[in-house]
Amino acid sequence: MEKYLLEMRSITKRFPGVKALDNVNLQVERGEIHALVGENGAGKSTLMNVLSGIYPYGTYEGDIILEGEVVQFGGIKESEKRGIVIIHQELALIPQLTIGENIFLGNERGKAAAIDWDETYARADELLATVGLSESSRININDISVGKQQLVEIAKALSKNVSLLILDEPTASLNDDDSNKLLNLLLQLKEGGLTSILISHKLSEVERVADHLTVLRDGSTIETLNREEINEQRIIRSMVGRELTDRFPARVPHIGDVTLEVKDWTSYHPKFDRKLVDGASFNVRKGEVVGISGLMGAGRSELAMSIFGRLYGRNISGSLLLNGEEVTLKNVPAAIKSKLAYVTEDRKTSGLVLSNPIRVNITLADLARVSKRGFIDAEEELTLSEEYSAMLNVKASDVEQKVENLSGGNQQKVLLAKWLFTEPEILILDEPTRGIDVGAKYEIYLFINELVAQGKSVIMISSEMPELLGMCDRIYVMNEGRIVAEFMKGEATQERIMESILRTKREVADA
Amino acid sequence: MPKDRVEKRAALKAFDLKKNMMLLALVVAMVAFEILIRVNHKGAFFTPANVTNLILQNGYVVILAVGMLLCILTGGNIDLAVGSVLCMISAIAGVLIVNMGVNIYLAIIICLLIGTAAGAIQGYFIAYVRIPAFIVTLAGMLTFRGIGYIILKGFTISPFPKSFTRIFNGFLPSMPAQVPLRTTTPGTFDGDPDKLAENLKYFLSENDLTAKQAADMSTSELRDMLEAHNSALLKEQILITMIVAVVLVALFVILNSVSRIRRAKKGMPLEPGYSFGIKLAVVVAVVLFGFWLFGQNKGIPVILITLGIIVFVYHYFTSKTVPGRHLYAMGGNEKATVFSGINTNRLMFFAYTNMGFLTAVAALVCIARFNSAAPSAGDGYELDAIGSCFIGGASAYGGVGTVSGTVIGAIFMGVLNNGMSILGIDQNWQRAVKGVVLLLAVLVDVATQKQRGGGRRIFGGMFKGKDKDGEAAESGAEPAPEGAE
Repeated sequence: MEKYLLEMRSITKRFPGVKALDNVNLQVERGEIHALVGENGAGKSTLMNVLSGIYPYGTYEGDIILEGEVVQFGGIKESEKRGIVIIHQELALIPQLTIGENIFLGNERGKAAAIDWDETYARADELLATVGLSESSRININDISVGKQQLVEIAKALSKNVSLLILDEPTASLNDDDSNKLLNLLLQLKEGGLTSILISHKLSEVERVADHLTVLRDGSTIETLNREEINEQRIIRSMVGRELTDRFPARVPHIGDVTLEVKDWTSYHPKFDRKLVDGASFNVRKGEVVGISGLMGAGRSELAMSIFGRLYGRNISGSLLLNGEEVTLKNVPAAIKSKLAYVTEDRKTSGLVLSNPIRVNITLADLARVSKRGFIDAEEELTLSEEYSAMLNVKASDVEQKVENLSGGNQQKVLLAKWLFTEPEILILDEPTRGIDVGAKYEIYLFINELVAQGKSVIMISSEMPELLGMCDRIYVMNEGRIVAEFMKGEATQERIMESILRTKREVADA
Repeated sequence: MPKDRVEKRAALKAFDLKKNMMLLALVVAMVAFEILIRVNHKGAFFTPANVTNLILQNGYVVILAVGMLLCILTGGNIDLAVGSVLCMISAIAGVLIVNMGVNIYLAIIICLLIGTAAGAIQGYFIAYVRIPAFIVTLAGMLTFRGIGYIILKGFTISPFPKSFTRIFNGFLPSMPAQVPLRTTTPGTFDGDPDKLAENLKYFLSENDLTAKQAADMSTSELRDMLEAHNSALLKEQILITMIVAVVLVALFVILNSVSRIRRAKKGMPLEPGYSFGIKLAVVVAVVLFGFWLFGQNKGIPVILITLGIIVFVYHYFTSKTVPGRHLYAMGGNEKATVFSGINTNRLMFFAYTNMGFLTAVAALVCIARFNSAAPSAGDGYELDAIGSCFIGGASAYGGVGTVSGTVIGAIFMGVLNNGMSILGIDQNWQRAVKGVVLLLAVLVDVATQKQRGGGRRIFGGMFKGKDKDGEAAESGAEPAPEGAE
């Protein structure tokens, strides 16, 4: 029998203009838990999508070898037939259905024209017992906790005769108790001979359960570690070990007084009784770029949106001081009036009206500026939108071009132009360079420098640590809704930031 | 303003028939009907009486469709209760005006208020309680129809006083009626007997005749005199109508030219001169021809003036005002609109409240035209209105659509109805044809949406950031933004 259940050899996956995976190798032994780690955007999910056939054979280069034979999956159905099952980060359960119905969705018991419900529920109850749940499979999936839903996902995978289980950040939204249960279940299933790949940001968990660990960085395999070699320091070094080159334009800071100060800020999830932001305090000064670092789900965008006129969140409390004066921004127009701007992380779904021209997008957040008594002054609107479009160096034939026909970088510039049009003093830029090419990134960095040179304040949220280190005068680190560390430009390093995140995770775990 | 930027401004596109397929289709349909009707010896399409009829028959559709457009713009939401609200308002108007004899203007104001209130109730549930528009207006459809029946107790109220019907269904100039040369039955006249008597008196005095003298004249002599009198009246009517037409056309040309010159001075983009010229010439020709026909019939229908005002106001609202712009943005991307600090709930509420108001206006137009308030009034009108919007190029997903397109859509539906009726095509066939036309029009919309890549991607959310458009650079490869959980 082959030593390896799965080998992925020299996998390269290109998207137009970018190599998401470059010559990646992965070898998974039979019956092990293999951890896959890397920063956001390192290519972990892309690799798993190649493996499961979401990116079908032919769209990537390299070979996938399963049980000694080269496989070519045309889609997720084919990979499932061979026993490869992915559990995605966002659960794929239908809230309106029962546990049993969910487990056998697409794989129904009985005949196509006559589902055998007795068998469905009997078998589902057995599977639930296997994953350590005592609930009846006849209850609604929404009536059990998120942690238990995650276990139901595993039960669902087991129902498909899984031979290789892939878990993408299974504990990201679980508390420690539930996380522990899940990890124990994984170890127990391993005893039973199940092979699994675990993608996780939580290095302490990985350290606990993984037999081997592969590190990805920038779409390449960095190294694979044995059980004995796995420790956090080593992993972190391997994950972040790239050198900063001069990707960031230099700037001489002229920092003035505090413009925005937030004290003891707390916000809850709009639906669930969960704190998204937990007693966060921070400030930003005139002419300063302040970064907020953290992992996905740390609450950075939620913090920004709750400050920006309570756009998102519930039961928001804490105090907000603008230039030393306490203010309440009860809605977005109030925030805009107080010269705040929030440039969203997702330009397509919450930033731009893609089907409208550049002109309309630029003026949307402050139409009052180009209108008199509610009537839009067409000439004024055209002139000003051209001015802002030119200021941001948007590459388009003219401002009447539809935004959906622009490249990602130019869309991002239009989004920035839209918020500059509101003449803000404090800008919160959420992932301002996500998904755009290096050239456009540099232009946006230059522009951020220009803004602070004009005496504006910039808060920059980014998942790319090098970007924060290269651009910011000060960096806050957020984790689980709290601000856990603050570094000045000189003292921040990727290792220290990562460490402060992990340290607080452990503190929470110990408590 | 830097000069290079002005030079960079591309001139506006010349009038592009491809983008105005429905206008082209409308012209083709009208010409086709003209030919078909003549070939079949059923008269003609472009007769004074028929063109006037076309306006009278379809006025309410245009009014309802304009209101419906605003609802659709918010995001493809429709109002199914339109026909039922119209029925309820008709019933209320019938009771107030006919049964209770309330002052006509007071009754009109009450009707408009109740219509607006009905729209506001629906708007509240849709905008603030966030119940889907389809469900709320389906409930409204049943409720308001029921109320209409209750008020009417199942009977039809008629007739309405002349002073009321004239406001919505009259003609300008209000000329003395022509003395009919032939009567349907001996001793009676077609038309308003009071007016005829008055007219006859006028005719006699004009010709220095007493009633006795007239009675002594021979029939043929009298007829010649009557004919001369009638044709003089008609000439006068045509003259007045055409003077109005010329004034309107001159205003149109002057306003457009002034605006063009002003834009040119400010360096705003202009459409090519020939295209501008042709457009003006076509509008002028259509207006003059239409009014020429009206003049030969009964004059300018009052409803046309009402329509003109409504269309102008809503065209201006949607294209030139801040809330109008917000409506389009909301339909294009509601989340981005909310993030821009715009109260989309209020916009939604406004769209449905406004729909209620316009429904009341349409109700008054309808009762004046039918001269009755019936329990079956407005049956299926919501579908005419919705159909007009989609045929006129509104997007079923919201954010796209114009008032002028909607008017063309409504006229297109009206022309189909009218032409097929003259040809004697069976009612059931007419429905089938209209259904197919609607489907074809929306098919064109969906096809163009696909071309632009704006169609709905069912799995868009699952693999966000990994679309084919090259958005998968570094961080894009692993999406799931923080705010998503």
